Amino acid sequence: MADIDKANQQAVERMMDARPILKGVAPARDVIPGMRDNLLLHAGPPIEWERMSGPLRGAVIGALLFEGKAKNAKDAEALVKKGEIDFAPCHHHATVGPMAGVTSASMMVYVIENETHGNKAYSNLNEGYGKVLRYGAYSDEVIAKLKWMNDKMGPILAKAIEASRGLDIRALLAEALHMGDEGHNRNKAGSIMYTAKLAPWIAKVAEDAALESEVLKFLGDNALSVLNPVMASCKAMADAAHGVEGSTMVTPMARNGTDFGLRVSGLGDDWFTAPAEVPDGLYFPSFTSKDANPDIGDSTITETAGIGGFAMAAAPAIVQFVSGTPQDAINTTMEMYEITIAEHKHFTIPQLEFRGTPTGIDIRKVVELGITPRVNTGIAHKDAGVGQIGAGLVRPPMKIFEDAIRAYAEKYKL
Amino acid sequence: MSSTKSQVRPGAYFDSVVLMQLQRNLLTLPGVEDAGVVMATPANLELLADSDLLSNEGKSAKPEDLLIVVRAAKAADAEAALGKVDELLKQRRSSAGSSFRPRSLSAAVKNLPAAEWVLVSVPGRYAAKVAHEALDLGKHVFLYSDNVSLQDEIALKQKAVKKNLLVMGPDCGTAIINGIGLGFANRVRRGSIGLVAASGTGLQTVTTKISNLKGGVSQAIGTGSRDLKSQVGALSMLQGLHYLAADSETKVIVLISKPPDAEVATRLLAAAHQCSKPVVVDFIGFAPPAAQIGNLYFAAGLDQAARLAVDLAKQPASKKAETNHLKGYLRGLFSGGTLAYEVLNGLQLFLSPIYSNIPIRSEQKLETTLNSKAHTILDLGEDEFTVGRLHPMMDNDLRLRRMKQEAEDNEVGMILLDVVLGEGAHPNPAGELAPAIVAHRKLRKEREFVALVIGTTEDPQQIDEQIRLLIDAAAIVFRDVSATVNYIAARLSQPIAAAETLAKFSEPLAAINMGVESFYDSLKAQGAQAVQVDWRPPASGNEDLARILEKMKA
Repeated sequence: MADIDKANQQAVERMMDARPILKGVAPARDVIPGMRDNLLLHAGPPIEWERMSGPLRGAVIGALLFEGKAKNAKDAEALVKKGEIDFAPCHHHATVGPMAGVTSASMMVYVIENETHGNKAYSNLNEGYGKVLRYGAYSDEVIAKLKWMNDKMGPILAKAIEASRGLDIRALLAEALHMGDEGHNRNKAGSIMYTAKLAPWIAKVAEDAALESEVLKFLGDNALSVLNPVMASCKAMADAAHGVEGSTMVTPMARNGTDFGLRVSGLGDDWFTAPAEVPDGLYFPSFTSKDANPDIGDSTITETAGIGGFAMAAAPAIVQFVSGTPQDAINTTMEMYEITIAEHKHFTIPQLEFRGTPTGIDIRKVVELGITPRVNTGIAHKDAGVGQIGAGLVRPPMKIFEDAIRAYAEKYKL
Repeated sequence: MSSTKSQVRPGAYFDSVVLMQLQRNLLTLPGVEDAGVVMATPANLELLADSDLLSNEGKSAKPEDLLIVVRAAKAADAEAALGKVDELLKQRRSSAGSSFRPRSLSAAVKNLPAAEWVLVSVPGRYAAKVAHEALDLGKHVFLYSDNVSLQDEIALKQKAVKKNLLVMGPDCGTAIINGIGLGFANRVRRGSIGLVAASGTGLQTVTTKISNLKGGVSQAIGTGSRDLKSQVGALSMLQGLHYLAADSETKVIVLISKPPDAEVATRLLAAAHQCSKPVVVDFIGFAPPAAQIGNLYFAAGLDQAARLAVDLAKQPASKKAETNHLKGYLRGLFSGGTLAYEVLNGLQLFLSPIYSNIPIRSEQKLETTLNSKAHTILDLGEDEFTVGRLHPMMDNDLRLRRMKQEAEDNEVGMILLDVVLGEGAHPNPAGELAPAIVAHRKLRKEREFVALVIGTTEDPQQIDEQIRLLIDAAAIVFRDVSATVNYIAARLSQPIAAAETLAKFSEPLAAINMGVESFYDSLKAQGAQAVQVDWRPPASGNEDLARILEKMKA
């Protein structure tokens, strides 16, 4: 078994060598493998309607309204309860989505291609702030915004990206980490760069100046514009590292609002899950932790790939999430070096003398040292339709790592 | 009726996280019921409206404006809270936050790559594993933990020797490296006295005494109390001794221990004897053969050890003549029983195995006096030899025959004889012994003959003439026992295959502390570079998981 280290090295090298390029935007049903009209993808490990939390249910309702499968929330729920709708984790379809992550067949999605290993990954378009589907909101304005994104912005993005012949998201991320982003909760610099890189192409392909202006404003105003391509890129990187025999590296971590789950490179497609915890964080006016839903979203793919909470030292502007000082942010990243396999070849942190970010979570180290990964996250209201109420920090439950260790011992007959 | 007050700060940009923090702080102020601190974007204004925090003033704010709203039971409280905003915005934590404390040794090493030392004081059952990890990472180990098994100690020390590293301990309470105390240590002057001790309080007592006598300590190395047991074989003390022997700052060496196992004492004292510096030996409760043998000074107690060391450190370093090692065994053929016994008593510290017909320890007993074995000291005046013949002081016949027998043994490198003069003794012993020496030397030139001559110038045999005869026969002549022992020990003790000498300890000292935090504090207080590891039992103490993890490492 001396080969665990070797297997992990191989897995982490694959993850770091992966070169995710944004190649296009297209309807989910046209590009996502296995996508079909009555299938809704969701964040996190598998879950049935009965156990879904408020925001996930809200997003499911919203998606059915968006697809025109239901006229109102009641109809949508009835449809689900009749068993007309299938659910599957985004992760089972090479896809990731922030928060609820609900992705339906008609939705426009980003297409990322890992040019090193050839695999692809997908993510929906980011809706910005306020009342949004990913936090379980499904009011008319939410659906209207989704439709505008899908019908107006989506096709322009598709053409612009095609015209650009692809954007190198790994390079963009590497640069954003030097500009105060950590790639998960803070994507301001990345989103601005993303908009700046796309703008000339949008100008070139847009036929309507008013729409062009709207699209550019939408992308430019949204400090999370780049989050979804970033997440899909992380997914493409992590997928390239999945399935290395003997490896104890985590390939996704994901939450569905009820459970926190992970998979391990050398343990096939099994999920290890336990109840998700409520993040510890800062809240918008009039909300408290009592209003918070347990942790939700596929965005932990960023930490899986070595950014997000793991690169906290690079993002001093949001150090309050980790209780206050830049030193605390550095400590967060330093702690993650303890449980990771490598220091990233491409993602570096100026504040740590350009040391590579801690990359590739090793379940052995997590369990041995009693240190779970640090995750930066948005906080959703527990009720469907309310939306984001804060942002903060969360850690996955230790149990899922312990269960994975036991499963490893069983599979590899230790 | 509560009161809502707002404040608009046009164009004041703050990151949303700063604002949320401010909002949280406002909520803790007296009388405040709710607060909102936002950039006045439409989405945020809507949020405030939902919470009933939006005033007309707020409504008129623009997206690039900072909007602060406070609702309090009394208007005065709301105003007071708004008045605190600037103070709260400026509020920073007094310290820059505490620096990172690694949980694992490997992370600590990355944080302080200069660290040469790892101090281990975790609970005993985890200590060996941690110490092994430290050695694997190429670090010297100060192992304070006790309850480490003897097998673990042996395995650790053998690994350390192989890797040219030092393990001090287990159960090592104190050491002073480059002037920095590890564990329990006194603040003592630096100087030229280097110590190696298998006793923590012994080391503290001697180092403090040295310091109080205005002497100084170069290095004080601990070994743990079991190092001089035969199973461990003084691996650490030998390393320490060799380090100090090679260390240019050390002029005098002090060894402290409870009495070592006999064979370990032999190896250690032979090594100390081969060293070119004075070595003060205080093996508490050990009966030294003499106050001094060559460079070895045997102290009676810790106080005397300190005093001796300080005195010796004041003397100019005397260059000890390089002695070539002579191959072969010693055969001592004595006419005087007590001389034989005393020479055996001295040489047993350096030569092993050594046999005799008058053994001091049972394992030295010769099976038969007819044949010598390895190094042998024979008292030819014993009854078994003198039955029906004169005592060898009067009659050389037996000795001459035994000399011949020994000379015919190719393994014999040195033959030692005593020549006791005086009334009643043989009138001209050298006259008979010297020709025999010449004859035997012809057989093997490199063989040495040593004679210990006891007598005065008044004695009838004419001592000067006796000595001249012996010297002419190329014998080496001594007049006292300890000089004889010193010479033979230097010529015949096995050269200690000094495992590579440890590399010089780097200055300034840098160390990683795993366990007792006060050790870390004291390292810092002494100006050393140090990292404290926030150590926890593996897998949070879950032994089942810890076992699996061990298997995964194997």
